[in-house]
Amino acid sequence: MTEGPLVAVLDYGIGNLRSAQKALQRMGARATLTADRGLIGEAAGIVLPGVGAFGRCLEALDESGLTGIAREAAVDAATGGRPFLGICVGMQMLFDGSDESSGSPGLGVIEGRVRRITGEVKCPQMQWNRLDITDDEALFAGLPPGAWMYFVHGYTAQVGPATVATCEYGTPLCAAVRRGNLWGVQFHPEKSGRTGLKVLGNFVDSLPGGP
Amino acid sequence: MRTVRVIPCLDVDGGRVVKGVNFIDLRDAGDPVELARRYDEEGADELVFLDITASSDSRETTIDMVRHTAEEVFIPFTVGGGIRSVEDARAILRAGADKVSVNTAAVERPDLIGELAAEFGEQCVVVAVDGRRNSEIDSGFEVFIHGGRTPTGLDAVKWATRADQLGAGEILLTSMDSDGTRDGFDIPMLLAVGGAVSVPLIASGGVGGLDHLVEGAVEGRADAVLAASIFHFGEHTIAEAKAHMVEAGVAVRPAGS
Repeated sequence: MTEGPLVAVLDYGIGNLRSAQKALQRMGARATLTADRGLIGEAAGIVLPGVGAFGRCLEALDESGLTGIAREAAVDAATGGRPFLGICVGMQMLFDGSDESSGSPGLGVIEGRVRRITGEVKCPQMQWNRLDITDDEALFAGLPPGAWMYFVHGYTAQVGPATVATCEYGTPLCAAVRRGNLWGVQFHPEKSGRTGLKVLGNFVDSLPGGP
Repeated sequence: MRTVRVIPCLDVDGGRVVKGVNFIDLRDAGDPVELARRYDEEGADELVFLDITASSDSRETTIDMVRHTAEEVFIPFTVGGGIRSVEDARAILRAGADKVSVNTAAVERPDLIGELAAEFGEQCVVVAVDGRRNSEIDSGFEVFIHGGRTPTGLDAVKWATRADQLGAGEILLTSMDSDGTRDGFDIPMLLAVGGAVSVPLIASGGVGGLDHLVEGAVEGRADAVLAASIFHFGEHTIAEAKAHMVEAGVAVRPAGS
């Protein structure tokens, strides 16, 4: 892959990062797994994946020396700078904190907390669910109404002003947030078949050097 | 909204699919990557690969298979078989699998479940439980290991509950009595285990027709239904299975969506 915009998928040693990289490549990006400050600086877009516990992800981000870089990049994106996409716990980390790991403050770029899924539903939500897109949103361009996405999460961000999509799971849960060029998705676009790839394609298309 | 997942299961030996898969238009029915891609296109919600290879020198082959699958298939997939340590799991996950499934190794050393959950998150850890009816066990269901050959004396309901507490993200429950019979899931066992655990339950063993998938979801209250032969032998497509479930009032992600 030598064509397409360079996307830095932040590599901080957690679970399955390869799928996000492969899916972005499939959608025309030059996606690379990296913790290299120089390469991250050169990238046209940043992707912050995340699986597992909130506190463990933040700790791993710290150990890789990426916490400051991720926060700066997210703030920059939120104020109209380089596009940034957080996936699953990568989205949750954009918030102030999570009840899952109350001792670990989040990156604090989007206000609000992440709370345990409660009610008459199984926790975690581990299934496909439909997106209810509440804001006309470039990231979701070309998706069918009620597009199906794959979710795996026991905790959920509060629905707030930045929420641009929800999914119904006992109650509407925050499925996506946006602020400027900063996006976060609770679902796994890299694991949601064609519709998920479309979301990643929209992200790639938004990058300088994209089509 | 609760949506039931439909999961084809592929047995893999030395990086090849075994148990006579029979799709007429596949170039290579033994190629796990091609099969996985086919199931993805048909609308499968997840895939499970069960590595039945006994020898440890074929681990590299399995990891290679996982790597190639992750390049082509963009739905979640689980890999089970022979995973005995955090390092085994890391190799599989780094290659691109989303979850690992542990069975015998977890029974022999239950702490493995917690170690995996702490390192990769509970959502990564599927604990597979092979149960068989035994009236001398409290719940009536005994845990078997070593591919169903070795009885353990453990109560399947108690073991699943413990696995849940130790950090399992899902329980994959196979009935050794039903497996291969094509007579349907063991519904009482699904209810007994499902009623005792808080995490999602995958029903496995015995599917011989589309009504069985509905029974697992409705009567057995399973969160996911797993089947092998009805899909592999081309008897039914995933799309037919899902259409049948929708007709019976089971919420699923429609094929082709």
